[in-house]
Amino acid sequence: MKLKTVLLATALTSAAYAAQAAELTVMSWGGAYEASQVEAYNKPFAASKGVTVNMVAADNPATPIAAQVEANNVTIDVADVELSDAVRLCDEGKLEVIDHAALPAGADGTPATEDFVAGALVSECAVANIVWSTVVAYDNTKVSGAASIADFFDTAKIPGKRGLRKGAKANLEMALMADGVPASEVYATLSTPEGVDRAFAKLDTIKADVVWWEAGAQPPQLLADGEVVMSTAYNGRIFNAAVAENKPFTILWDGQIMDFDLFVIPKGAPNKDLAVEYIAYATSAQALADQAKYISYGPSRKSSAPLVGLYQDGKTEMGPHMPTSPEALKNALTNDFEFWADRDVELSEKFNAWLLK
Amino acid sequence: MSDTILRTADGKPLKAALQRASAVARRRAFWLVLPLLAFVVITFVVPIGQMLSRSVTNDAFSANMPQLVAWFEANPEGTEPDEAAFAALAADLTNAAAERTIGSVATRINYDVSGTRSLFTSAGRKAKKLEAPFKESVVAMDPKWGEPIVWAAMRNASAKLTTSFYQAAMDRKLSAKGVFEKAPGDLQVYLKLFGRTLALSAVVTFLCLLLGYPVAHLLASLPMSKSSLLMILVLLPFWTSLLVRTTSWMVLLQEQGILNNTLVGLGIISDENRFALMYNQAGTIIAMTHILLPFMILPLYSVMKTIPVSYTRAARSLGATSWTTFRRIYVPQTVPGIGAGGILVFILAVGYYITPALVGGATGTLISNQIAFHMQDSLNWSLAAALAAMLLGAVLALYWVYDRLVGIDNMKLG
Repeated sequence: MKLKTVLLATALTSAAYAAQAAELTVMSWGGAYEASQVEAYNKPFAASKGVTVNMVAADNPATPIAAQVEANNVTIDVADVELSDAVRLCDEGKLEVIDHAALPAGADGTPATEDFVAGALVSECAVANIVWSTVVAYDNTKVSGAASIADFFDTAKIPGKRGLRKGAKANLEMALMADGVPASEVYATLSTPEGVDRAFAKLDTIKADVVWWEAGAQPPQLLADGEVVMSTAYNGRIFNAAVAENKPFTILWDGQIMDFDLFVIPKGAPNKDLAVEYIAYATSAQALADQAKYISYGPSRKSSAPLVGLYQDGKTEMGPHMPTSPEALKNALTNDFEFWADRDVELSEKFNAWLLK
Repeated sequence: MSDTILRTADGKPLKAALQRASAVARRRAFWLVLPLLAFVVITFVVPIGQMLSRSVTNDAFSANMPQLVAWFEANPEGTEPDEAAFAALAADLTNAAAERTIGSVATRINYDVSGTRSLFTSAGRKAKKLEAPFKESVVAMDPKWGEPIVWAAMRNASAKLTTSFYQAAMDRKLSAKGVFEKAPGDLQVYLKLFGRTLALSAVVTFLCLLLGYPVAHLLASLPMSKSSLLMILVLLPFWTSLLVRTTSWMVLLQEQGILNNTLVGLGIISDENRFALMYNQAGTIIAMTHILLPFMILPLYSVMKTIPVSYTRAARSLGATSWTTFRRIYVPQTVPGIGAGGILVFILAVGYYITPALVGGATGTLISNQIAFHMQDSLNWSLAAALAAMLLGAVLALYWVYDRLVGIDNMKLG
């Protein structure tokens, strides 16, 4: 009897807590990226609405929100996820639909649906906030003459260890581009068994020299420790190490693979209405441009580009550090989420088997 | 009254009275353990059971495609999909698309047949416009719908219980004919990893024993004041965070790390030939052996502490060499400690996850890293559950073998 009373009391208090708080919980990826979102989105939004915005971190927010929706116990209101996860969770009915037409117009008055760059609104459950990319970065005190993605796979020309993410995604595409496949044909080539073999054959040429990484924070560390001389990495992490921490790292934009990060609302989010307001605010042209002040991920709106100014140190021009700058776009690939949604299981297995060989 | 049954003072049979009295005591004792039992059931048995049950039940397809499931039930395996089947498929696809469950359906089939995810999602978008005869119109939408492998996967996924995740965990795949067969060589992952996990765990256990045995002996034979200092040295790393210890090993062992730098500085190895001690099996073995060493030393120590010195002295005085004394007198008495330490270290090693993930590179990762991959990255929890269940089964089997060979009563944990 007593136990029941206690349980009931606990349940009631927690329910009361949930009801009373005008709070919003956002889940993101931690590190410098999350910090940029706190500065550019959370603080101003909290101040203007008079609410509390909590930020929590996860290795990949798609995993905890999928688990929460499945268990019918959702505590996250807004999550920052990758495109393939957004599309997949949306298809599985695990996300709320967001009305794209209700998003604010661009800085120049363009309707939101036209202001976002191509692909940013491809899922009806998500709104893209940034363009990030997987790039090759190197230590410029140890490597000279790196000009193309092919040099990354050429240990005769540039000796030394390479860092690669332990996974099929991005590695196979980069291997094909290094093998001479133009960016526009990469996914068509990868759709054939011969193309997959060709990518793995290219990876074979450096397999013995690879140090595999898993978390985004590792490549800058591996480069700084001298464990590798070149590594694939997320461009924002390298920017942070190079500009904020003065490390001698250079980004090789050739063969970069661009992807979106998007805001989504898990189905059954406790503060859905506030979450919609938050996303509308955070993906407005000005907020996206503000965010780019803290880290070199490109805003997903066209009208944000002219608003992007200096880095928070007050002297570094952000423009050239963006994956969307003209220099960076010369030979760039956009991640094909449809391809990966279809082939992820098989290619991941192939990749894992290849690692074991 | 001439019966031989013992009776209590009030004439009841003594045996029954005793049983009743002890039953009451047992019931009272049960109330005492009830909180612990409830705790274990609620926090351990139920969640783990629920998770493991996912390995045979996955209703992502069957719950969302009811008409097709009914058709599969009505028609035995081997039936060619007829017009009714395609009509059911079209109706279910339309419903699933409207209720936004088509993604779950697609994901489920994609586990068994790679490349079918978009087949379902794009069909869901177009299904409303399909018209009879459905067989022609569905196949016209995408010829893949006519392939036996797709229908075999759908039939397989429509059953309440499925073995397909265990098949996948044993490197077996649906073939084009629609039956499970051994996967081609470039898709075989899990059995190799299970083998590697067991082999590496055995190596780590052996190394722990090799390193831990003398230490435990020293601990047990030193005078109290010195042995407690040594004990602190054993326990200190034991109390330090696992991550700190693993990261320290990385700093020590990496190619530009302290060990390699010292060797290069001393001129023992050249700068180009630094040892690769990290991001491979060597790294996993070194770090895991260090981390698991206390689990070997402590049970050994507690057993050695109780062995009277007089036995070995007696053996020596009867003419045995020191080696014979050690082999025939001392070691047999420490077997319970070796067994306990060995099984403890081995079972912990089999499930190790963080250390191999950080230092294992490509060749030093274990099956638990694959389980984590399917929990966190691919979100295929059914496959993760199947792999975890197989790992649990392997450990239980080993435990049973151990019980048969050594006897669980012979184990002394401390």
